[in-house]
Amino acid sequence: MILTVHPYGDRALLVELADAEAVVVLTDHLRGEEAVGELVADVVPAARSVLLVARAGVAVERLRGVVPDEKHHISPGSGAFRQGLPPVAIPVTYDGPDLAEVAELTGLSDSEVVEAHVGSEWRVAFGGFAPGFAYLVGGDTRLQVPRRETPRTRVPAGSVGLAGEFSGIYPRESPGGWRLIGRTDAVLWDLARDEPALLTAGATVRFEAVDG
Amino acid sequence: MGELVVRSVGGPVLVQDAGRPGYAAIGVGVSGAADLASYALGNRLVGNRPGAAALEVVLGGLEVEATATTWVTVTGAPAALTLDGRLEPSASVVALRPGQRLGVGVPASGLRCYLAVRGGIAVAPVLGSRSRDTLSALGPEPVTPGARLPVGDEVAEDLRVDAVPPSTYDDAPVLRVVPGPRAGWISDPDALVRTRWTVGPDSDRVALRLTGGRLERRDPDRQLPSEGLTRGAIQVPPGGEPIVFGADHPVTGGYPVVGVVVSNDTDRLAQLRPGETVGFRWQ
Repeated sequence: MILTVHPYGDRALLVELADAEAVVVLTDHLRGEEAVGELVADVVPAARSVLLVARAGVAVERLRGVVPDEKHHISPGSGAFRQGLPPVAIPVTYDGPDLAEVAELTGLSDSEVVEAHVGSEWRVAFGGFAPGFAYLVGGDTRLQVPRRETPRTRVPAGSVGLAGEFSGIYPRESPGGWRLIGRTDAVLWDLARDEPALLTAGATVRFEAVDG
Repeated sequence: MGELVVRSVGGPVLVQDAGRPGYAAIGVGVSGAADLASYALGNRLVGNRPGAAALEVVLGGLEVEATATTWVTVTGAPAALTLDGRLEPSASVVALRPGQRLGVGVPASGLRCYLAVRGGIAVAPVLGSRSRDTLSALGPEPVTPGARLPVGDEVAEDLRVDAVPPSTYDDAPVLRVVPGPRAGWISDPDALVRTRWTVGPDSDRVALRLTGGRLERRDPDRQLPSEGLTRGAIQVPPGGEPIVFGADHPVTGGYPVVGVVVSNDTDRLAQLRPGETVGFRWQ
């Protein structure tokens, strides 16, 4: 499942993978490995890759030792991380400004878009863009739509969007180019919590349609 | 414990430490001092534990007082240091007594100074770090006149050094770059090392935006899925003018990375002023 390991400067390695599911599996696996904690300062999961950044004083070549090769079969759930946790439920009012456009792009009706979005479990593949923003994968493949041609300068906090293979929720007001299908009152980012991010790597998410 | 009282600021002044690694998966970058070596030197000079927080000062203009006698030093860009208007050697360790005013002048070269205080700046940490991440708006608020910054107790050893030679920065730095994971996406990646780049005016802690040339992509329509970024990563957006990421870089980015500046050379990036030039060579 590992396609290539690229050098990334003199302090990191970029592990290129086939798909977002492989990213979830490798990230889980790495979190369960003791050596990773000793050698790696940061694990940066992304859409098709995982970047490993060496701790100060650790030679970058040593990171190759924690990247599993073909001999080490890793499967979903083989890591110690997030096993058996219930999905995070996100209540959504599906009245987003791009809902009709998404329906048109996918050939579905508005209500079929909603049914598809709530109909399957999503999984956090990686974070980025803003603290608490999670790229969710594994949803209904009919919902894959391109980003907006022109990003909005202002997307309200709690907006639920679609872009490519991903769904995501804006943790705070920001510019953004995703197609917005709904909104939630769920608090995605709160520094007063022990775990500030509601959606952490590997977590599963289930959207629920509510009247709002 | 005493406080550092800020009387005036010139350019931006931020609290910074060694950063907050380990949170990329929830969208939080490392941040930390832009010039890590100068920051670490400041802590050593005042006998602090590594990782104690300091003030990162852009282009001088900072004036502070202390409520209790505090040992301080200024490292990084060589700036004139004054105590009640009297000139002190740059990069010397001085005692700032109550009622005295310490001034950090505009550096002769370079961009960022580090004001380290013995004990460290003890504002409340966020996710284990006192670094201000300007991209995420995370960590201590930017320092403004009137701010009262508590001095901490992160002391590791006695004061042993009075001063070090101040840093100097040459006009035409050439920084070492390792070919990036997507160098193959660029038709002529060597244009990166052949071009003398100029630092654009919209450069900041997030990134240096370079002008003076263009890197063309082999296939402009090919989409790159977002990939992890590090400090020093050189990304090529559709316009072709490269972006060199700094301390507050985004966690991931969707444009090809043509090269990555080696870690020992990223501190020099942090001292480049808009309008100055920079070159690269492959390592």
